Amino acid sequence: MDIIGAILLLGGASFLFLGSLGLIRMPDVYNRIQAGTKATTLGTLLVLLGTALIQPQWSLKLLLIGVFLLFTNPLSSQVLANAAHRSKVRKSELTSIDDLEADREQQS
Amino acid sequence: MNSTTPEIHRKRDFIILFATLFLFWLLLSNSLAVDVLIIGVVVSAFISLVFYQGLTFFTEFRLSPQAVVAGFKFYGHFFKELLRSNLSMAAIVLSPPLPISPAIVKVRTRLKSRMGRLMLANSITLTPGTMTVAMEGEWLYIHCVRLDDSDLEAATREIVSEFEPYLEVMYG
Repeated sequence: MDIIGAILLLGGASFLFLGSLGLIRMPDVYNRIQAGTKATTLGTLLVLLGTALIQPQWSLKLLLIGVFLLFTNPLSSQVLANAAHRSKVRKSELTSIDDLEADREQQS
Repeated sequence: MNSTTPEIHRKRDFIILFATLFLFWLLLSNSLAVDVLIIGVVVSAFISLVFYQGLTFFTEFRLSPQAVVAGFKFYGHFFKELLRSNLSMAAIVLSPPLPISPAIVKVRTRLKSRMGRLMLANSITLTPGTMTVAMEGEWLYIHCVRLDDSDLEAATREIVSEFEPYLEVMYG
C-alpha cells in the first residue's frame, strides 16, 4: 500500500510540475489557465489518492477535499478566463477565431 | 430561478440542499455527539433557508434508474477524459515548438436544465484542450488550445457531444 501510495504521490507531483511548466511556456493568459487547471486537478487528485493509501484513516476527509476541488477548480478558471476576456487581455497572435468578442461587440 | 417556482419544488430544493450540507458536516466533523449534530442541523437549515434557490449536485436530478446508470457512465467517462487531457497537455507543454492554435468558438447545447449546463461547462473545462469561457443561454463559448479549423462545424460539435448524452438522461 505504501509503495503504491508513494508512486501515486510522485505521479501527482509530476503533473503539478508539468502544469507549472505550462504556465511558463504558454503564450497568453487563456492557454495558461488551461494548462494550470487540468494539471492541478489531476495532480492534486493523485496526491490525495496517494495520501489516502498511506494514511487510510484520513480517506473520508481527503475525499471531501477531492469533491470540492472537482467542483471549484473548473468554475474558478472559467470565471478568471471570462474576467480576462471582459477586460480585453491580450490574446496570442496564434488565436484564429474569437466568436465571443464578435458577439459581445454586436450587442454593445 | 424566479419566484413562480411551485411550492413543492421549493420544498424539494430545500430538503436536497439541507441533506447535502448535513452529509458534508457529518463527514467533516467525523463525530456523532449530540451537540455536534445539533450545530450541524441548525447551520445546515439556516444556509438552506437562504440559498435553497442555488444549485446542488442533486438539484434537477431525475430519480430514475436510467439516470443513475448514466451518472456512473458519466463519471467513468469523465475520469478517463481527465487523464487523457492531462497527458495531451503534458505532450504539448513538453514539445519544443509548442504546437498550439488557440481559438474561442461558440457551441450550442441542447441541455435545458441549469444543473445539466453547469456540469457540461465544468466537464468541458476539464477535458482535452478546451475551456468554457462564458455561457449565455444555450450558447457556450469555448477556448480551445488546438482547433482544427479545416472542419469547424464538426470540431465544435465534438466538444459537447461527448458528455451531452449522459447529462441529458441525468438532468434533462
